[in-house]
Amino acid sequence: MNIIVCIKQVPDTTNVRIDPETNTLIRAGVQSIINPFDAYAIEEGVRLKEKFGGTVTIVTMGPPQAEEALREAISLGADEAVLVSDRAFAGSDTWATSYTLSKAIQKIGQFDLIICGKQAIDGDTAQVGPGISAHLDIPQITYVKKIEDVKLDGAHRHMRAEKMTEEGYEIIESPLPCLITVVKEINEPRLPSLKGKMRAKKIEIKKILAKDLDVDPGLLGLNGSPTKVVRIFTPPPRKGGQMLEGEAKEICGKLVELLKCEIP
Amino acid sequence: MSIKVITEKCTGCKLCVRVCPFGAIEVVNKKAVINLDKCTLCGACIESCKFSAIVLTKLSPSDIDFPKKLDAYKDVWVFCEQKKGAVQSVAYELLGKGRELADQLGVDLCGVLLGENVKTEAQKVIHRGANKVYLVDAPELKNYQDEPYSKVLVKLIKEHKPEIVLCGATSIGRSLISRVAIGIHAGLTADCTGLDIDRKERLLLQTRPAFGGNIMATIICPNHRPQMSTVRHKVMKEAEENKHHKGQIIEKKYGKEEYFSRTKLLDIVEEIEETVNLTEADIIVSGGRGMQNPENFKLVEDLAKVLGGAVGASRAAVDSGWKTYSHQVGQTGKTVCPKIYIACGISGQIQHLVGMQSSEIIVAINKDPHAPIFTVATYGIVGDLFEILPELTKRFKEVLKK
Repeated sequence: MNIIVCIKQVPDTTNVRIDPETNTLIRAGVQSIINPFDAYAIEEGVRLKEKFGGTVTIVTMGPPQAEEALREAISLGADEAVLVSDRAFAGSDTWATSYTLSKAIQKIGQFDLIICGKQAIDGDTAQVGPGISAHLDIPQITYVKKIEDVKLDGAHRHMRAEKMTEEGYEIIESPLPCLITVVKEINEPRLPSLKGKMRAKKIEIKKILAKDLDVDPGLLGLNGSPTKVVRIFTPPPRKGGQMLEGEAKEICGKLVELLKCEIP
Repeated sequence: MSIKVITEKCTGCKLCVRVCPFGAIEVVNKKAVINLDKCTLCGACIESCKFSAIVLTKLSPSDIDFPKKLDAYKDVWVFCEQKKGAVQSVAYELLGKGRELADQLGVDLCGVLLGENVKTEAQKVIHRGANKVYLVDAPELKNYQDEPYSKVLVKLIKEHKPEIVLCGATSIGRSLISRVAIGIHAGLTADCTGLDIDRKERLLLQTRPAFGGNIMATIICPNHRPQMSTVRHKVMKEAEENKHHKGQIIEKKYGKEEYFSRTKLLDIVEEIEETVNLTEADIIVSGGRGMQNPENFKLVEDLAKVLGGAVGASRAAVDSGWKTYSHQVGQTGKTVCPKIYIACGISGQIQHLVGMQSSEIIVAINKDPHAPIFTVATYGIVGDLFEILPELTKRFKEVLKK
């Protein structure tokens, strides 16, 4: 089973703090990490490979330093890593990102399954996964919380998965190749192994530039992006609240008074 | 397209360094230097520079592809998500906002409804202010499936050319609209919290949070139509029902090819343990590590029940196995914005805050007076939740009975 996992390197928002004086983000000391949802995607890819054989190829599009994220993914059990990086890709919105990634995936070759995290924690759009499947014209199952079954032999190669919904879940069957996006519930990612860490140090990361792809340059980067950011600002901070003090009974009485008119 | 610092104008004031969300600017020899490997051309620095010393160098207009005649596009569309044949309330919220936008543009507000035997629901969409409803009624569209829904919506958009398409940022909406946007090369902005019209340019101004709400970005889509946005539940106010409002239902039929789905929906399983859907709830009572064990969550559940609310949990509580993942609020769980959010024994790590800080009223109960949750709380209570929660439940029971 040949699996492609798409990941994104994101700033670790755990460490993002707001400078109270300038009301802007303090970036100093903020580490870059693999997007948390993508860690589940990597783990699921590696588990499927362990069960069915094949390879797991990690793909990321980003600046050169995204190589760190690829090496980390290798240490977690992936086989190959591809960095899609070029100044021509800068400023891509989700349309251009999914276009570029779909072209890079076509370049990488045959695959049975593409796995993405459900969304990235910096942009929170959840658009790139479905975008890739739309560009490649393959079926998709989003918000997968469990893979029930994979059938790789015979004429009807397919997988069956549980898709999380607001009310519960749906069981969906899709022919292969397809793309899935995964949620946290699907697995518990492992820690890197010593062997994996050694491999991560040595592995040669394949690099894909714009000129390596069969693309329309007008559809890349900022030019290929229908959406443009025109303004970035810091939201007004939430106003400091009111502390309720006193004995438990007294406090509860106060709170009930404050809230009772607000309850629909 | 690139970005450049005009060194003659730069004073080395470092304002841009502070606002850059990507840490891409340094000041070297009193001049700003942009590291193009880190820069994403977001433009935050341009806005911040008081000396107009940073510019985006654009390509000449002839280099940019104008694939569509923009003025051929008009009307504001709302995708009306239905489940089990009932239009979901998020659609009514979008119709509320859609009405404002349509009025500003002087165009019609239209609903788009796909399903089986949903004509009566189409009438309800009209009662919520739509001038027209495009109705595609077919057995194959009974339940949402990515492929038929996206193929039909793409066809409809190509035929009728709306200027704006709004869709709920639900699990259905996000999967659907992302696919649709690719097919028609439209701009799509996720999770907008503000939508407005720039009348002069006739553009939709879409404002959304990024970096977990730490910064806000306003996004436009100058050269592509339709302009598409998703909006989360509870962000916009529902359109009021007016049974006298008249509109037209336009029934459309498509062929086998459009209705065909490569994926098969085999079963729909509803987990009804605590029936209220978190993202739809007006009140959420959430428990964290401070609940100490799964049994104590009953205190949270009791309060939620009295208030008619849903039960949430912090990541700590979910990872400890006290509550299932579907209850998790925060970065790796759900983002919610109820009217009232009551956080019990939740310290308020940033990953939790990003999932709930847009709630209208936040009540925090924690024994640690320095817990970060208090920085966002409307009402803070420092105390023992095992004493406070039962008392609150009791008092609300008394008050709400009346």
